[in-house]
Amino acid sequence: MEGLLPKLVFVYLGIVLVATSILVVTNRNAVHAVLWMLVMFLHQAVLFIMLDAEFLAAVQIIVYAGAVLVLFLFVVYMINLRTELRLHNFTVFWPGALLVSIALLLLSVQAIKAFRPAPPVGDMTTEKIVKLGHAKLLGRALFTEHVLAFEAVGVLLLVAVLGAVVLTRRIRLKGEGV
Amino acid sequence: MIPISWYLVLSLFLFVIGAFGFIARRNVIIMLMCIEIMLNAVNISLVALGKGLQHTAAHVLVFFVIAVAAAEAAIGLALVVLLFKKTREVHMDEFRTLKG
Repeated sequence: MEGLLPKLVFVYLGIVLVATSILVVTNRNAVHAVLWMLVMFLHQAVLFIMLDAEFLAAVQIIVYAGAVLVLFLFVVYMINLRTELRLHNFTVFWPGALLVSIALLLLSVQAIKAFRPAPPVGDMTTEKIVKLGHAKLLGRALFTEHVLAFEAVGVLLLVAVLGAVVLTRRIRLKGEGV
Repeated sequence: MIPISWYLVLSLFLFVIGAFGFIARRNVIIMLMCIEIMLNAVNISLVALGKGLQHTAAHVLVFFVIAVAAAEAAIGLALVVLLFKKTREVHMDEFRTLKG
């Protein structure tokens, strides 16, 4: 009985994740697609908690649901998509795309069939997570072993912010004559 | 205890759905959202493998993937706004010339 509940939760989360991602892909209305994606990200955060990664679940909610989706919503509101509701939302070659996707799925399932997990390394066991906390373990690895990559990601985010500002500013000067 | 392969299969399904959307949708914004779906599918498999191998490197990698996804969304949406202001069009199959 004790082993049944996590499986039920996993099946529920999996069904919701797949269903909401299909809804995002097939939805005509971009605002509805963004909101379905919000549901998907929240369920994915619960999946991360099931995997003992509570810090990543928090980051998932803060960064994706808090920042990225708000960015998407702003752009959807800036761009008038009312005509979108009457147009085809797939390209003419969507059956080919479906074929390619199913082929990718079948090939990857064949590859995963022979999957055998490696022996565990053991520097993040469940006991350690309970004792120290996931954030502490992750932060210790991040600021000792991966500190160079961390700095590089900081620079990348700075460049991305500056790039977004520069890209959207220049066209306004040129296009609307300000 | 759920086996790791269940998580891998789930992430595979999500990745394939995202890839299909990226190839087949016409709207650029939805295509960017499909990229986010694919990145999230990879994140699920990385977190599951990190738990299976009891290793911090996978979780650190997920952290970096989330940061790169945020940067990608900012730049991609700026480009979408740029394209829309220039051509009044967000459908990918309408762009036939790169220079506009």
